[in-house]
Amino acid sequence: MTRELVKVLAVVGALAALLVIVPNTNSFVILLFTRALVFAILVMSLDILLGFTGLASLGQAAYLGVGAYLTAILATRYQIGLGYDFWLVVVLGVVSGAVLAAVFGLLAIRATGVYFLMITLALGQCVWGLAYRWNSLTGGDNGINLRVRPQFGINLGNEVTFFYLVFGFFAVSLAAMYVLVRSPFGRSLMGIRERELRMRILGYNTWLHKYIAFVIAGAFGGLSGVLWAHTTGIVSPENLVLTTSVDALLMTVLGGAGTLVGGVIGAFIVFGLREYLSTVVPWWQYVLGGVYVLTILYLPTGLMGIPARVRQRRTRVKEATAERKLAPVPH
Amino acid sequence: MSRSRRAFGSVLLTGSLAVAMSTAAMAQAQELRIGYVAPVTGIFAQQGKDMVDGFQFYLDEVKHDFGGAKVQFIVEDEQGKPDTAVTKAKKLILQDKIQILVGGLLATTGYALAPVSTADKTVYVVPIAAADDLTQRDLSKYPYMVRTGWSSSQPSHPFGQWACEQGYKKIVTIGADYAFGHEVVGGFQRAFEACGGQIIQKIWPPLGAQDFGPFIPTIRQDADAIFSLMVGPMSLRFPKQLAASGNKKPVIGGGTSYDEFVLPSMGDEVIGHISALQYSAALDTPLNAEFVKKYRAKYGKVPSYYSESNYTTAQMIHKVIADNKGQFPGPEEFVKRLASLKIDTIRGPVSIDDMRNPVQNIYIKKVEKKKMFGYDKDELWNTVIKTYPNVNQFGQFKKDEFLATPVYSRDFPPCKYCQ
Repeated sequence: MTRELVKVLAVVGALAALLVIVPNTNSFVILLFTRALVFAILVMSLDILLGFTGLASLGQAAYLGVGAYLTAILATRYQIGLGYDFWLVVVLGVVSGAVLAAVFGLLAIRATGVYFLMITLALGQCVWGLAYRWNSLTGGDNGINLRVRPQFGINLGNEVTFFYLVFGFFAVSLAAMYVLVRSPFGRSLMGIRERELRMRILGYNTWLHKYIAFVIAGAFGGLSGVLWAHTTGIVSPENLVLTTSVDALLMTVLGGAGTLVGGVIGAFIVFGLREYLSTVVPWWQYVLGGVYVLTILYLPTGLMGIPARVRQRRTRVKEATAERKLAPVPH
Repeated sequence: MSRSRRAFGSVLLTGSLAVAMSTAAMAQAQELRIGYVAPVTGIFAQQGKDMVDGFQFYLDEVKHDFGGAKVQFIVEDEQGKPDTAVTKAKKLILQDKIQILVGGLLATTGYALAPVSTADKTVYVVPIAAADDLTQRDLSKYPYMVRTGWSSSQPSHPFGQWACEQGYKKIVTIGADYAFGHEVVGGFQRAFEACGGQIIQKIWPPLGAQDFGPFIPTIRQDADAIFSLMVGPMSLRFPKQLAASGNKKPVIGGGTSYDEFVLPSMGDEVIGHISALQYSAALDTPLNAEFVKKYRAKYGKVPSYYSESNYTTAQMIHKVIADNKGQFPGPEEFVKRLASLKIDTIRGPVSIDDMRNPVQNIYIKKVEKKKMFGYDKDELWNTVIKTYPNVNQFGQFKKDEFLATPVYSRDFPPCKYCQ
């Protein structure tokens, strides 16, 4: 329990540091962190499925897309969500993500493993296709431009203010998901991940558990979409393409699935390499590729697995030395 | 980017030299910071490279000197994604403090970058992104934007008229199903039907389609010609598969179906195909001949319109800055001056209309296999067979009436003669 407390304190400390340091850097860095934090919400939502329930979804971008398109359409067509009603849009975004997941979940949850992967992939592509082809609503390939960020007492057009808002949403999401995975419900999800059959025999309705997890993940995806739309001010089918879902999956794996924060670190690293390093050197893609390959080869549990591996090695060394001490047996 | 770093290095070097020589000299050495956004990685990397090369080629030619201003050229990779383009543009504006933002390949990117220019009051010059509405119905939203390239439907308007003059009565269109395709095909349909022609069928294969097998057999047999609008690899596959199907009808198309970006990779099946664009590498003018030869010597390929448009854009920016004694006149004034420019360029005389889109020659071009500019091999060239001088974005139509109709889309203009 104390170890868990140390972990929580470390995360809180790191976030506090982020909150102090980032606003004092230059505006481009602030923008990057804002983007990474928004995407991190999506990555964490995926982690609930992948890391805690054992369901690898390739369609998570769909929920981001629904939230983002909802925000953009409401703002540009009906001028909703540019004042205090921004909060209404946040709620609607969350609900729309959840509703979409509730529908998709009916189709997807029946499957597991690679079949689940394929179904979520197909559903994600359906949403992409809709965004791409439904010109009158989504602007098709051109997407939708949001020209201003909401203003309600505070002006979110200011990058620093917007960073604080996003940070707030991020922190609340992280806390909420942490509580969720620590709850009895979260425990039973882990049980399903480890051995679904046993859980079913123990009397758990595993389908319902997975379905609820899927809907919750969708809801957080919708939230990230609302924020994503305002981050860059453009929503296009490009946000919904398969690579967005794959990115989320890779970030989770890179940081370490089943840890929540791991995905956040993954998001920071990938955004850092892809959007910051790419402004510095032209060979950033090799670095990104290298990071992926090395992680998969040497850290199958992701970056968050490093402390455990170090501990493991230390105990192994200790055992070895202990054995050596025992070794000189007189013959 | 190494390029920008090199540029930065040279600026640093000249800077320190100036300090060493005299402080007065340094006060005079002005700097013009141009930020450039193009897809240097990803599936559009090749077009992105052509764009950057075109701009860089001009800078090298004038040794980065715009009438006394030292040009610092900073390239950022947008990776073909509109939101990355926004981030990178923000980086250029906030961190590098650029005065002029240039670039963007896809229409989406144009739509993504234009609001950034408005929000940050930074000049945005659009050399490639051709989305019609940037300089039409949405113009008022983007006071800091000037287009130096073209609008998608601009070549289509004279081309439709040309098709009438050839005696075509019924044409089938087949075009990539996205905004750019809708605009090129839409412009052609409006012009062709305005002079008595009929579009009897519109086929929309998805963007990036590999197999046209499902589409080619549905082309109606009573058509006099086929109008195609392909982009990238689609441009290569469609004529091949069409030829393999035994097609005997004349094939005409939008500029990107046959531009110099794809032409060198095409086979003899495209000989005789006709397209329209504001540039052809086979344009027989001394200015263009020199450009093609020098460009080819340096980069090993014939310049595409991506390169030409960026070369010309650099030239136009140069003219404005040089006319102001090497000073950047401030964003509002720069936009005003660039928008009132009249200049002779490689593609011919160019001026900018009151909606900040170029007025320029549109060339009707026929693919021919021949020798050109003294090269000793037979190659495919886009021979210019007719020139429509000084075409603006509305072509033969009245501006007000044009703007009162919606932007071209899959459903506009409606297909009256389709069955």
